[in-house]
Amino acid sequence: MTQLALVIDLNVCVGCHACVTSCKEWNTSGSAGPLCDENPYGADPTGTFFNRVQTFEVGQYPNTETVHFPKSCLHCEDPPCVPVCPTGASYKRKEDGIVLVDYDKCIGCKYCSWACPYGARELDEKQQVMKKCTLCVDRIYDTTLPERDRKPSCVLACPTSARLFGDVHDEESVVSKAIRESAGYALMPEWGTHPANHYLPRRKTSLKIHVDELERVDNPLKVDGKLPKPQKSDPTLDDVTSW
Amino acid sequence: MKPAFSVIFLTTLIGVGQGLFLALYTQQSYALFGLLPLQDDAFYAYGSMLALLFLIGGLASSFLHLGHPERAWRTATQWRTSWLSREVIALPAFMGVVFVYGMTNLLDFRPVLVILRGGIPVDLSIVSGGLGTLLAFVLFVCTAMIYGCLRFLREWHSPLTVINFVLLGTASGFVLAAFYATFFATNYSPTQAGFFADWAFIITLLGLFGRSASLWRNARLRPTSTVQTAIGIKHPNIVQKSQGAMGGSFNTREFFHGKSPAFLRAIKPAFLVLAFAIPLLLLFAAHSHPAAWLLGTAFVLQYTGLLAERWYFFAEANHPQNLYYQTIG
Repeated sequence: MTQLALVIDLNVCVGCHACVTSCKEWNTSGSAGPLCDENPYGADPTGTFFNRVQTFEVGQYPNTETVHFPKSCLHCEDPPCVPVCPTGASYKRKEDGIVLVDYDKCIGCKYCSWACPYGARELDEKQQVMKKCTLCVDRIYDTTLPERDRKPSCVLACPTSARLFGDVHDEESVVSKAIRESAGYALMPEWGTHPANHYLPRRKTSLKIHVDELERVDNPLKVDGKLPKPQKSDPTLDDVTSW
Repeated sequence: MKPAFSVIFLTTLIGVGQGLFLALYTQQSYALFGLLPLQDDAFYAYGSMLALLFLIGGLASSFLHLGHPERAWRTATQWRTSWLSREVIALPAFMGVVFVYGMTNLLDFRPVLVILRGGIPVDLSIVSGGLGTLLAFVLFVCTAMIYGCLRFLREWHSPLTVINFVLLGTASGFVLAAFYATFFATNYSPTQAGFFADWAFIITLLGLFGRSASLWRNARLRPTSTVQTAIGIKHPNIVQKSQGAMGGSFNTREFFHGKSPAFLRAIKPAFLVLAFAIPLLLLFAAHSHPAAWLLGTAFVLQYTGLLAERWYFFAEANHPQNLYYQTIG
């Protein structure tokens, strides 16, 4: 079974929002209709997005670290938003595990957004249907595109390759390896939703040097004194050894 | 959560409708076994039509909640998994049975179906009323479980949610039944207002216990999700600096009540007084003197209090997604 997902490397993300804008550009131009904005240039702008980059500050000054945190639908393996949908508009595809909304069936009751602990779903206020990340389902299978472009928009846009895309059920995929080898984790594991998307933690490259490693044990310069001389009476072969 | 008035009116109005129907059928059941005088057919007929009006009001209100009400028929399809879908089936089914129950009494079409031991005839009115009672409770459970089944909304994820929906809806229905019964006093049939008022007093008191228990429980909840589990970083000091959009979004509007903490603090005693304290006093007074003005006032005040109670029910639920939306930027 396939479970497509994103792996987002927080160690690499620089918070440039390129994934946000490319996501919006691709998904507002598709056959599913626009992602509506209201007052985009007005005093109180608001709009529908599949992907947002948030920023958190960890620690207290001066020991702080800024963490940019891209957030989109996690395509949970056990999505709490799907069974609550009264119309069946929300569904999880069997073939690739993508959680999707059928915009023609959605009645805009917002119940699925209540049932998602991550706030990944946003109601399109103009179309009055629930919208969420589709993993660019209209792009990743498009055979008219060159193979290297058959990835979600956000993944292609990321200038630092902080976003990986692949099948997390395939143990040899780039995402599975990243999760396994770089300590990938899921968000809010306490709810048992088993998000397919994973995050790679901040990693510090550090070298542990022990004190005794600071000096070479066999440093010839530190040898104290000379070897004791053999007695005159000792039998010798040369100047230092004796029988 | 943001309290939606469509949902507040839906849950409170159908609660009154269900409670009123249960009250009528309770009285009829007493009368079946000769414990109370059977009322005119008109009493049960108009009473169930009044219940139906409340149910229709609730149903109409629920449509206002939908972005695409013209697709509402689709909501009946996912009853295997969705409590909302189950409610959508249970509500019209209950309304249909209430209508049948009302018609059997209005048209006096009451063929006897079974005769119990002791010669008590069970007619169509009794059978449809029994079915209606079952459906009333099914509907209460479905409505409450829409909220109770969301396990990370911990204020709702408790059996108390179901208990309180049943008790508060039934209490308001019994108060309305008592008020309604004051108009059916005749010379040969004493008013049943006292009977309804006594039951209303008991159920309101139980409702006060149930709601107090949930308030007590919710005040002591400790959040399961924290900003640490939300972004997966283990550090005691994490502050959000930006939420990715300078304007608001659906996430900032839908999951917060938008009122000040002082307002939230004020609404709690307000609904406790309006929905419980004053109605209990009025119902106590009505025990010996079941006057229409007393019971009418009790109903209006209690219903107003229940609107506030339902508002608070939504407002006090803290959605874990709010952890991602603490600072605009």
